Amino acid sequence: MEKASAGMWRKIDTRYNLIGSECEKCKTLYFPPRIICRICGRDTKMRSRKLSGNGKVYSFTTIRVPSDTFKESAPYTVGVIELEEGPKVEGHVVENGKKVAIGSKVKTVFRKMYVDGDEGLIHYHFKFETI
Amino acid sequence: MAGIIGYGAYVPRLRIKVEEIARVWNEDGEAIKRGLNIKEKSVPAFDEDAATIAVEAARKAIHHSGINPRELGAVYVGSESHPYAVKPTATVVAQAIDAGHNLTAADLEFACKAGTAGIQMLMGMTDSNMIKYGMAIGSDTSQGRPGDALEYTASAGGAAFIIGKEKKEMIAEILKTVSYTSDTPDFWRREGANFPSHGGRFTGEPGYFKHVANATKLLLEQTGFKPSDFDYVVFHQPNGKFPLNAAKLLGFTEKQVEEGLLTPIIGNTYSGASMLGLAAVLDKAKPGQKIMVTSFGSGAGSDSFAIQVTNNIESKRKRVAPLRELIAKDKMYIDYALYLKNRSSIVRT
Amino acid sequence: MMVNMREVAIIGVGLTKFGERWEHGLRDLMAEAGLNALNDANITSNDVEMLYGGVMASGRFIGQEHIAALLADQLGFKNIPAVRVENACASGGTALRQGYIAVASGIHDIVAVGGVEKMTDVTPSEATSALGGAGDQEWELGQGITFPGLYALMAKRHMHDFGTTEEQMAAVSVKNHKNAVKNKYAQFRREITIDEVLKSKPVADPLKILDCSPISDGAAAVILAPLEIAKKYNDTPIKIAASTQATDTLSLAERESITSLKAAQISGEKAFKQAKVKPSDIDVAEVHDCFSIAEILAMEDLGFYKKGKAAKAIADGETALGSKLSVNTSGGLKGCGHPVGATGVKQAVEITWQLRGEAADRQVNGAEIGLAHNVGGSGATAVVHIMKRIN
Repeated sequence: MEKASAGMWRKIDTRYNLIGSECEKCKTLYFPPRIICRICGRDTKMRSRKLSGNGKVYSFTTIRVPSDTFKESAPYTVGVIELEEGPKVEGHVVENGKKVAIGSKVKTVFRKMYVDGDEGLIHYHFKFETI
Repeated sequence: MAGIIGYGAYVPRLRIKVEEIARVWNEDGEAIKRGLNIKEKSVPAFDEDAATIAVEAARKAIHHSGINPRELGAVYVGSESHPYAVKPTATVVAQAIDAGHNLTAADLEFACKAGTAGIQMLMGMTDSNMIKYGMAIGSDTSQGRPGDALEYTASAGGAAFIIGKEKKEMIAEILKTVSYTSDTPDFWRREGANFPSHGGRFTGEPGYFKHVANATKLLLEQTGFKPSDFDYVVFHQPNGKFPLNAAKLLGFTEKQVEEGLLTPIIGNTYSGASMLGLAAVLDKAKPGQKIMVTSFGSGAGSDSFAIQVTNNIESKRKRVAPLRELIAKDKMYIDYALYLKNRSSIVRT
Repeated sequence: MMVNMREVAIIGVGLTKFGERWEHGLRDLMAEAGLNALNDANITSNDVEMLYGGVMASGRFIGQEHIAALLADQLGFKNIPAVRVENACASGGTALRQGYIAVASGIHDIVAVGGVEKMTDVTPSEATSALGGAGDQEWELGQGITFPGLYALMAKRHMHDFGTTEEQMAAVSVKNHKNAVKNKYAQFRREITIDEVLKSKPVADPLKILDCSPISDGAAAVILAPLEIAKKYNDTPIKIAASTQATDTLSLAERESITSLKAAQISGEKAFKQAKVKPSDIDVAEVHDCFSIAEILAMEDLGFYKKGKAAKAIADGETALGSKLSVNTSGGLKGCGHPVGATGVKQAVEITWQLRGEAADRQVNGAEIGLAHNVGGSGATAVVHIMKRIN
């Protein structure tokens, strides 16, 4: 994963606060943020937009065979979340004793995503939890 | 003087019972529960640390206060378990609450009282018009050495307070704050050490009680209040017994302490402890009521506050669920093995 | 715009045995498959004018980039132009399409297309990590969403929307293992049962290890030539009647649907149009079953079945060997193995054998038109080829 600082640093706002982008011209919302609107192309007028993080589980799975980076956290549940503003977002769904199902309502929480060994950086990230 | 504009509290949902820890060490769980007046403690999940707890509390505080986070001029995070030895927790919090960049931020450490030290700093900064609002957080994922007495109490949690000077925005005014400080080696952790060391029974009399009592007496003396003038009293609560003993010693009743005493159900949240106690009290307090808070940090010192609740408290109250409700309803019990796993004491290799 | 394009044929094919090839490195595997293809086309190394090599992650698997020149050299193609093609698991299919374009355009006559991956020189978790690069590194793998995890997310929603069951998904693996038994190049030459699949180790719910294609070593190669001179080299040249490709968002969540692959739908529609055939004209198909659910999606995306109907049809045996449409006669990615870069090329090799009537025990009688469907990542790239026997 990102061992050097810059790669994680430039995504901090997006990862901490679920900042997506919105094309002012056609009102399409994107997460993760992008420069060029898929609809408006070169006529894009993009601006940052914070997403609420509230939404519903669209699909989910429990990862039991993780990559090395995530071996300490496995098994863990991830999902495709349909946000109330429209875009779908992939993310972790934290364990809170409640059953996760398609349609479960979720909100975001702030957690560690992974830690780079004993001496590297700690990567914080939004995750979801059912409510 | 400056006051509280809003607050937020967070306690991780994982819990371990005292008897489960006692089972592992073959000790008498019932006797420990009675001796410490504690039933269970909170445990951070594997993906929680003092920074994530601080952020959760801070986000609730912003929501509760109704302020624009960009108007914060300072963010201070007090903890004895900052995730990095060098790299501030406070910058993580400031960015995660979208506080913008035109602010000062720093991490504070004074064992269990760094959070209240932050409140005092912000009072000076807001009263002097240096900043409009400031946020002080006490947040910890404290560690007790396996098998040590501290293991029954050392837990995780945090609270965030937004301080400002405009009376019309305050939910509570801080009427007075004083501190009492001395160099007392009752509890410490050296750089790089995984667990704190402590002076055993020395932590009680010359540590906790001396500092709590002196700060509280100084506050009463300087304000002219009597113990009975306060509706609620919050003391730092390393276990469920010390704050009750301190109350008795200083002329307060058990009733005054009860509402703000959370250690019996969540353990000692260190930098979070007295601030979470204050949050629980503010959840209940009515306009005009007075609250006394005395924190304690080993090493050692106490900050004492006289606080009076304003009329604004009722309208903001409904924005956030009460802390005691969160503690009671949102919990998952784990056994000692899962406790070790969540604390990364045992890891998959 | 396809004016003055030449028709293209496959004049030679070659394969290595797929599997855990402990004794052979990437260059050995490519040489083995390449030599088989040269022999099959009855040409020499000197006849080849250009090489396209489909390789997904040699940098991650063996630490080697700049792979095209290495492959050209090891194949004995001295000093010719060579280009590596990387489109995740569709690297091989895309390389074939690039070779097709080079011949069709008239720039080259004899073009070699290779596909290879050496995956067993790293630990399984390193392989998981390397394959995860097929998804969105920043927003999928960076959040611990593995490659099987992405397909699991698709499967879960497909089950929710269409009532697809774990047993029906298992039936895909069972069918493909059964076909693989008859393929001497296949990694797994043993049959499995529905029950074995269902009881195998969970990977990412609802997918179990036997729903997943394996980690494999292997290589495949084909030789292309203009159809007009193909007969010179081969009695039964196989015409590439269509070669199409489409893309979509790299990350799953941003797609219009996660229960179909739009890139595969588009690529399929264009291919049928280009080849002037219908799905019902296809006799034999190799589709990208990297996971059991993926074959179900493929059969729907390509128009063989209506949305939500493929799972039951497969479970009912409608795509078994010798049925109306035989799918994944090679054993597919699940049974034959999935050396990522090689897969798309291997599909063309299998279809060629089927259309030539050289598929031995697994021969589909009278097969005249075949289709190969190769997917990159969780569907961000899809390549479809339709091939016809020229009598």
